[in-house]
Amino acid sequence: MIQNIIINGLINGSIYALLAIGFSLIFGVARIVNIAHTAFYMLAAYFIYVGFGYLGLSPYVAMPLAVLAVGLFAVICYKLFIDPIREHEAAVLIATIALAMVIQEALLIGFGGHYLGVPPLIKGYAEIVGVKVTYQHLLALAVALLALFGSWLFLMKTKPGLALRSTAQDREVANLMGINEARVAMLTMGISAMIAAIAGAIVVPLFVLDPHMWMHPLIMMLAIVVLGGLGSMKGSFVGAYIMAFAEVLVVFLVPMGSFLKGSVALSIMILVLLIRPEGLFGIAFEEER
Amino acid sequence: MGLLGFYLRKAYTLFKNQILVLPSRTAVLLFALALVCLPLFTRDPYLLRILIFTAIFAILAASWDLLSGFTGQMNFGHALFFGVGAYCTALLNLRLDFPPWISIPIGALGAVLTGLIVGIPCLRLRGTYLALTTLAFPIILMGVVFAIPDITGGELGISGIQRLSHSRVTDYYITTGLLLILGFVMWKITDSKTGILFHAIREDEVAVRASGINTTRYKLYAFCLSGFFAGIAGGLYAHIMRTAGPSTLEVALSFQIVIWAVFGGIVSIYGPVAGVFILYPLLEFLRILPKVRMLVFAFIVLLTLLYMPEGLIPWIRDHIEKECPRCKIRNVAFRKECRVCTARLD
Repeated sequence: MIQNIIINGLINGSIYALLAIGFSLIFGVARIVNIAHTAFYMLAAYFIYVGFGYLGLSPYVAMPLAVLAVGLFAVICYKLFIDPIREHEAAVLIATIALAMVIQEALLIGFGGHYLGVPPLIKGYAEIVGVKVTYQHLLALAVALLALFGSWLFLMKTKPGLALRSTAQDREVANLMGINEARVAMLTMGISAMIAAIAGAIVVPLFVLDPHMWMHPLIMMLAIVVLGGLGSMKGSFVGAYIMAFAEVLVVFLVPMGSFLKGSVALSIMILVLLIRPEGLFGIAFEEER
Repeated sequence: MGLLGFYLRKAYTLFKNQILVLPSRTAVLLFALALVCLPLFTRDPYLLRILIFTAIFAILAASWDLLSGFTGQMNFGHALFFGVGAYCTALLNLRLDFPPWISIPIGALGAVLTGLIVGIPCLRLRGTYLALTTLAFPIILMGVVFAIPDITGGELGISGIQRLSHSRVTDYYITTGLLLILGFVMWKITDSKTGILFHAIREDEVAVRASGINTTRYKLYAFCLSGFFAGIAGGLYAHIMRTAGPSTLEVALSFQIVIWAVFGGIVSIYGPVAGVFILYPLLEFLRILPKVRMLVFAFIVLLTLLYMPEGLIPWIRDHIEKECPRCKIRNVAFRKECRVCTARLD
């Protein structure tokens, strides 16, 4: 039981953290509330399913291909539908909702509402302090932590990462320093979608796929981003684990827990906001006029 | 007799000089007349049913506009008010045998109360934080609804509620009548002193506070007003459907409201109403393509926004009317000079 809670909490937390970091990134850089973010995560999972089940690709080939494809798709969508209406915040919001609906419906038409699955990459299980943990779960955890570390390295140690962070901090000044703001926004869209796609690739062998699987992570991701403070990587990271453990604890310990898991996690978020309106690690932005 | 004649003449002058001079106002008048006269020509139950739901959702979308469009308090969980209104009305009707004309207003008061409860923590947040936090409330309530099936009926919801009236035509007149009345009331609110304060809070809250106005109270006021109108829509929905289920609290409904309102054009009240009257029947009409229905719908919304990012109705309005540069009064597009101050229009 306790081991179950820990392993599930860690995996869910890592996936939420990956999603939340991508979302935070695109919000910070381009001020876009991208509702379609988890739709990209779902899309990656389906791409892998197609590559694995229909095209017979090895999963080690299918997964990177899917991640790249989703990144490209996100950039194309951004150029076509979001970039032309960037100044109109409400319109951008609806455009991303509509985009998510398009993806969901396209998958529904293509695959039907059935639950689909991909077999685990490696079979077998390890015994850790007397509990069976499948290798697949351990692999997922390792990949998720690696991906988190990778995104941290990219943002903190590379030049494009620096450009990204500076644009997030102050768009106008970044522009004055010779950073092409439009191109950075496009790049960010692609990168954030790719991070979401990595999360999708991680969950493929663990979860079942259906065209509505983007809804729950979306809500949790939004809650995490608010809890941790918009635009704060550290906040997203800590918030993700708080929310994931809250969810898992409720499911395992409370009767009727699976109904209440969302409620409890979201109530925690609201409680935190009552005490700290800018989130755990958020910076209270000066009012933008 | 002379007095009556005077009032009649005055009414005619007002009608001519206030309504007929502007194509948008004429369009609203024609729209209201068309709604009222429709059952004289057709009593097709399917058509009436669609229009009943359209009217209910139009009230809902307009109430969203009052809170999010005018006051700028982006609410992503507007389904909360709708759901609370529906559940309260259903429980009052079923458990206490209240007739619809009592249960709906009291149900709406329940929604006002939630508006207060939700508004108080949300007052400290703004912008995207607020939008994402409000999204959480209906989901929290939905979890509670599932967890206490004895009271709320769990997944199936509460069924067996009394019908709104005995015939569909009466239902139609009640809902569309309420839409016209409440729509007018909301439009008047946005035009009043309070409405101007709502505008000001959206534009610059700090400046409003600096002018000695208690913005907190006005924001809370906006939450309650919006909750009231949305609660009425929820109560009507419960009595028409004769069930109140968890679908009234869904995230999809909250998103749908935002889509309707932004598509029609926010900060106008009539924009969201028009948005619902275009999009809801469109979605029903698309049933001829059952498989790709939602896909086509989403594409229509996407493409419309690409060309009219301000929304459909403001786009049309700006093409048939222009604003006088001097006195800011609207004129028909083909006029050469302003109808009030005779300044040249370009």
